[in-house]
Amino acid sequence: MSDKKKHELSRRTILKTGVAAGLVFATPTILTRNAWASEFTNDPGSSKSVVLGFNVPQTGAYSEEGADELRAYKLAVEHLNGGGDGGLMNTMKPMSLKGNGILGKKVEYVTGDTQTKSPAARASAKRMIEKDGALMITGGSSSGVAIAVQGLCNEAKVMFMAGLTHSNDTTGKDKKRYGFRHFFNAYMSGQALAPILEKEFGNSRRAYHLTADYSWGWTQEESIKNATEKLGWSTVAPVRTPLTQTDFSSYITQAINSDADVLVLNHYGKNMNDSLKAAVSFDLRNKIAKTGKQWEVVVPLFSRKMAQGSGDDIKGILGSTNWNWSLPDAATKAFVKSFADKYGFPPSMAAHTCYVQTLLYADACERAGTFNPAGVIPALEGHKFDNMGNGPTEYRAEDHQCFKDVLVVRGNPNPSTQFDLLKVEQVVPRSQVEYEASMFGGELGPI
Amino acid sequence: MEAILIQILNGLDKGAAYALIALGLTLAFGTLGIVNFAHGVLFMLGAFCAVSVNKILTISHKIKDESVTLFDAYKEIPYLEIWWGDTGTMIIDYSVPISIIFTIPTMILIGIAMERGLIRFFYKRTHAEQILVTFGLAIVVQEVIKHFFGANPIPMSAPEIVSGSAPVGALFGLSDSMVYPWWRLIYSLFSVIVIGGVFAFLQYTTYGMVVRAGMADRDTVGLLGINIQRRFTIVFALAAVVAGLAGAMYTPIVGPDYHMGMELLVLSFVVVVVGGMGSLPGAVAAGFLLGILESFASMNEVKQIIPGIDQIIIYLVAVVILLVRPRGLMGRKGVMED
Repeated sequence: MSDKKKHELSRRTILKTGVAAGLVFATPTILTRNAWASEFTNDPGSSKSVVLGFNVPQTGAYSEEGADELRAYKLAVEHLNGGGDGGLMNTMKPMSLKGNGILGKKVEYVTGDTQTKSPAARASAKRMIEKDGALMITGGSSSGVAIAVQGLCNEAKVMFMAGLTHSNDTTGKDKKRYGFRHFFNAYMSGQALAPILEKEFGNSRRAYHLTADYSWGWTQEESIKNATEKLGWSTVAPVRTPLTQTDFSSYITQAINSDADVLVLNHYGKNMNDSLKAAVSFDLRNKIAKTGKQWEVVVPLFSRKMAQGSGDDIKGILGSTNWNWSLPDAATKAFVKSFADKYGFPPSMAAHTCYVQTLLYADACERAGTFNPAGVIPALEGHKFDNMGNGPTEYRAEDHQCFKDVLVVRGNPNPSTQFDLLKVEQVVPRSQVEYEASMFGGELGPI
Repeated sequence: MEAILIQILNGLDKGAAYALIALGLTLAFGTLGIVNFAHGVLFMLGAFCAVSVNKILTISHKIKDESVTLFDAYKEIPYLEIWWGDTGTMIIDYSVPISIIFTIPTMILIGIAMERGLIRFFYKRTHAEQILVTFGLAIVVQEVIKHFFGANPIPMSAPEIVSGSAPVGALFGLSDSMVYPWWRLIYSLFSVIVIGGVFAFLQYTTYGMVVRAGMADRDTVGLLGINIQRRFTIVFALAAVVAGLAGAMYTPIVGPDYHMGMELLVLSFVVVVVGGMGSLPGAVAAGFLLGILESFASMNEVKQIIPGIDQIIIYLVAVVILLVRPRGLMGRKGVMED
């Protein structure tokens, strides 16, 4: 009996010792895991799903663009979770995604309405971070909104994958460690357009800028002005126009009466539709300027949706764009097919950039093996990828700006269908639009 | 001289839109005492009458574009062109003027429906409540239009024959190169005709006389056994027609979208206040005056002296006029003075 007791005690002792030893050995791991979890916002922990926040304009002037962005996001979520035809997950290289969500967790999403107003966009991003537990915020159709939300996400230490934002400031003076932009910028538009402007209009033109009076307009005006002045052009007048302006007749008549011969419309969306309409109605495109040269119009940033709003007015006008559904590469075809199969029409450039951003974020998480931005950010910084519709692309580490080829487009003079509104004139190589990361100032800040 | 003439013309077509909307607002306020924040929506609905007519006239036969393989894309040929050739093309080309025929009855119906269905319940309520309910109505209507037509502006064109520019410089003995779009001139002229028509109706018809009497003293007219309320309903419908026509004819100037009425509404209220609440001639005069002032304020030479003046000129003038003459330019004594 006593022997038995001794034996039992001995076994119990071993068990106790084993448990104690296990606890001792496990303790650092447990502590590390807890410490890791507490280091980043909205750690999904053992949850079987993760939440992404899609912050797009669902009301207001850019709501159609926002709707297209949202369609792209939903498609990306479907593909990430293994549904649909996989879209760009069939072409993206390199790729760590497996079609089982992100790091094995199902992807869910919440949406917010930016209303294309910075306060509303920040409020909806804040709600998605604080109440919905969003790990990453993405979206937007305006640089003002993108910069505002990027700042908020940076403060909250939540990843921000920008949607349509073209201002140099987004990855320039306002760049943030937690913000990444796939879309091209105004500087790139200027560099891409300059050679073709010289070729078509010569090197002694006089430009008259009408500029939307906010961050994006200012940087685009500056970029186009710098690029064209290098050609030998001069800038007659940069005129700022309020965003709320609808009738541009007063501005156009002053342009006509100036000694300029090229009208540069640094306008986007409805602003561009209205200013171009006024220019056309004053017969500007058929006029001989005071310089004796034919008047020309340039719209540095184009989108298919804008072209739709301008109808015949846009025909023949030069501009630049981030991506177009008519590109012949396999990745573009895969994305267009996937999107059109689901929605019945081709995606816009805003939809493309939003879809790509979602996949890039998910892929970075997979490669980093964590949702922690401390791991995801380095995985995106300097990341090189291809077969996403823009050719070889790099997320430059120094400013989180994607560098890739830029498209110069022209309003199609003879569209065969309602979607065939932009004609790709040139694919300008990345080397032509590249610049020093320090050029636009700003600091990324710490992780 | 050329720059001044051009800015006057710019101001006239801008002012024409302000005047037409302000005229409708004043009619509704003068007869029904309603501060109608949904009036801008009537302007927008008029524009979408023109869009609808254009869409109906361009209903097309779709031919699949076989060169596009990733999705279904179609080349569209309007049935009118298939059936009637050049005549069909011409009818489509004239869709905006043709839309006037459709806009008038549609806006009458909308005006009556709005007044009978909602606004009449708020006659005796405070102006703040009227503003709230009509503003809410405006938002609902906007969203409905956005649902059916989208948020993007819809390109509309003036008929080919007037899509170019008139040589106004030569007309005034100035530079031959000075031109002004025909359609904008037509719009100014059209607004003058509409305004003249409304004034003639009020001034020279028995119906108009009763309405004017009702505007001056509603109770006394009622005591004479005249159903002034029904006449006021018709006047509200007339205000809707004026706003609707202004909107329909405006479509070749600025591509219509669901928000276009709101953009002009606030300015038009300022126009009404400057002109004098309840004063029809005041609303018209102030509309043209402020339109011209706004155009001059947007000249680069002026903005170099006072940056941003183009954005505040209308409000600045309103403040000055209300300080100097609280009733507005032609306001009647006692109206909105409490």
